[in-house]
Amino acid sequence: MLKALAMLEVTCKFGDDSCPFPAPGAEIFFFPPMTSFTGPDGSTWEFNKPVLFASIAALIVIIFFLTAFARPKLVPRGMQNIGEVVYLFFKNHFAKDIIGHGGEKYIPLLMSLFSFIWIMNLFSIIPGIQFPITSRFAFPLVLSLIVYFTFIGVGIKSQGAGAYFKGIAFPDVQPRAILILLTPLELLSTFIIRPATLAIRLFANMFAGHLLLVIFSVSTWYLLNLTNFVGAVSIIGYFGSAMAFLVTIVLTFFEMFIQLLQAYIFTLLTAMFIAEAQSAHH
Amino acid sequence: MGILAELTGSIGSIGYGLAAIGPGIGVGIIFGNGVQAIARQPEAYGVIRQNMILGFALAEALALIGFVAPFVFGT
Repeated sequence: MLKALAMLEVTCKFGDDSCPFPAPGAEIFFFPPMTSFTGPDGSTWEFNKPVLFASIAALIVIIFFLTAFARPKLVPRGMQNIGEVVYLFFKNHFAKDIIGHGGEKYIPLLMSLFSFIWIMNLFSIIPGIQFPITSRFAFPLVLSLIVYFTFIGVGIKSQGAGAYFKGIAFPDVQPRAILILLTPLELLSTFIIRPATLAIRLFANMFAGHLLLVIFSVSTWYLLNLTNFVGAVSIIGYFGSAMAFLVTIVLTFFEMFIQLLQAYIFTLLTAMFIAEAQSAHH
Repeated sequence: MGILAELTGSIGSIGYGLAAIGPGIGVGIIFGNGVQAIARQPEAYGVIRQNMILGFALAEALALIGFVAPFVFGT
């Protein structure tokens, strides 16, 4: 959004042919460092806006769960009410329905993943921040690596390393010759494509959503040509600007839905991976 | 060998258009069949919705990768 604002200062306006539409690109996702310092290995570490708000998102999650569950009472009040409703949803929906036996011990992981991702996504539409932290690929990548090592760990722990990897690489299919095709595909899909798409899905959704919002915000500004007040071109521009503004508002609500959906899908897939690793292939 | 044919301009948008065909069909099938399943068996709404959203997310990811790829590899 910072770069988008800088773009507005160019004041290209509709109707001026020498100055075309300043289409925002991938550069709006890069932020200048607020402070930078030298790391232990001599490299430069930069602290910028996404890192700041990722830390704030983590703080919000920690404070929420502390106020909800630090001193639990038999009759819940205030925050504990909200926390228990959320917990109940995770217990019924994820732990019982998807993971099944022994699913309750994964609720803390699933709940914190969901709330952390959702709050990072939600920063996309909060005025003043207006940047989805998950649209920087490092954040979804690390989250997906956590999930990756978790489900492999669960698989090894519940089935034993040999049985787990054998179950994935050599599933019990009937014409055994098909394994020539199936084994590389299964290994590739479980150990490479699965974590990659988990991270890319979240990243690409947030990236695309933010870019759409910026494009329509910039075009609202671009089409509104107030220097040439009553020209025929300007009046067309007013209609276009109004339309772009409306689309921005509609897209903001759409983004709210997508943000919740992506956090939910990330958690759902995590639960399904754990469930699959837990139950032996047969 | 010289250049036989060259494409200039906004190739990324053409790529996105091509990338959106498959997922577009896929998402249509998923929601069409999902709604049909709910209409036939309304009591299974919860399970159907969950699987519908899951399939939607898996198919939609392909279109989004097509959207992001020109930005990532564009320059």
